[in-house]
Amino acid sequence: MRGNGAGMFLRLALVAMLCAAAYAQEITVAAAADLSAALPEIVAKYKSQTGQNVALTFGASGNLSTQIRNGAPFDVFFSADEEYPKQLIADGLADQDTLYRYAVGQLVLWVPNDVPVDVQKLGMQALLDPAVKKISIANPQHAPYGRAAEAALKHEGIYDRVSSRLVVGENISQAAQFVESGNAQAGLLALSHAMQPAMKSKGRYWTVPLDSYPTLNQAAVVLSRSKQQKAARKFLEFLRGPAAGAVLADYGFSLPAEKH
Amino acid sequence: MNWEAFWLTVRLASLVSVVLLVIGIPIAYWIASSRWRWKFLVEAAVALPIVLPPTVLGFYVLVALGSRSPLGRWWESLTGHTLAFTFEGLVIGSLLYSLPFAVQPFAAAFGAVDPRLLRASASLGQSPVQTFRRVVIPLSTAGLVTGFTLSFAHTLGEFGVVLMVGGNIPGVTRTVSIDIYDRVQDAQYASANQTALVLLVISFVLLAIVYGVNRRAGMVGPWR
Repeated sequence: MRGNGAGMFLRLALVAMLCAAAYAQEITVAAAADLSAALPEIVAKYKSQTGQNVALTFGASGNLSTQIRNGAPFDVFFSADEEYPKQLIADGLADQDTLYRYAVGQLVLWVPNDVPVDVQKLGMQALLDPAVKKISIANPQHAPYGRAAEAALKHEGIYDRVSSRLVVGENISQAAQFVESGNAQAGLLALSHAMQPAMKSKGRYWTVPLDSYPTLNQAAVVLSRSKQQKAARKFLEFLRGPAAGAVLADYGFSLPAEKH
Repeated sequence: MNWEAFWLTVRLASLVSVVLLVIGIPIAYWIASSRWRWKFLVEAAVALPIVLPPTVLGFYVLVALGSRSPLGRWWESLTGHTLAFTFEGLVIGSLLYSLPFAVQPFAAAFGAVDPRLLRASASLGQSPVQTFRRVVIPLSTAGLVTGFTLSFAHTLGEFGVVLMVGGNIPGVTRTVSIDIYDRVQDAQYASANQTALVLLVISFVLLAIVYGVNRRAGMVGPWR
């Protein structure tokens, strides 16, 4: 009887596995942390239209790119800096014909409501105010927004004066969390974070002029190792459409077509 | 090899293990000698950091001790800054994080001291404090060395809490584990490997000390 029970269990397990394989339509997307609010909305719309499941992983673009090089099983990669997908294409890890520039990222200076600094009037100079004890940025080593923040501080000529007060988030979402939680008094964040309803009510921001840091061209690409090329490409097609575009615009991702 | 990060980490681990020696001994002695019926609750609380993910600790240090909480505001009025992004913040996080690695070996060693020796010492006119200093401590050296070394080694290897509350400031909160992480993420494998190897060797030596000491003293390890 025991042998029979085990046999039954094995058969059931096999059936369960076959079913799982039949339904394994999910595609997995690695995305820059600045998309942490916009992309889930886009995915929800996509799912209600097509029934397609999309799993999301967020992180610093540099980190995600390293993970992809080391065999991470992602189908699509959204990078806050086009350079990463371009390097992946050059190394045969992503498909050139799928590269799509979906937005230009914007850097903002964000301060919580309880910090008495007029960012609208002072701009970057607000960071010199003694009330700003810590300034959070993303890690310039592997987060494009971190590099943009560093460049903007240098462009303003205040980098050396504030560098001792910089705290570095592992990605742009952690940098946002550092200020949002009140542990830092100012942050150089993604506009998409400042546009989130939860952040809007908690602070104010000033948009850092685009000419003070290298353009954050953001691009998505389908990865060559993906076993679901068709589904991945279909999702990127949806991204080019008006429904996804509206969500991106809601979070301040200016589309290339609108830029000039 | 990032020497700045290395010495910062050594400084952090030394300070934490010394403080844990000071506060761990009374806690451990109480655990070893108390007959209070609810003692097991205290023991469970002390052991919590062994099973809790560092993210839980990091989350509480950041939010519950941040500038929006009463506790955080009290700390800020006292020191002028929040706990996050400071060396003190890492020290406090590490004290909580490594507490059981000091207290448990201490308590095990104290508990292994033959109670007849304590009674003999008392009958010879020694006060409890003198008995503790002259009988319990000398008989517990292996456990004390074990607890001290383990809390040092455990702090050396701390990562999650530091990643969440440190802010990666060179010379202040960028410890070796963070430095290794950054290098690996950046695909600088050669330099990551250098630092990782140093950490590996040091950790092995520390654990060898722990096991060596306990081999000579019989079984008074953290795992008994």
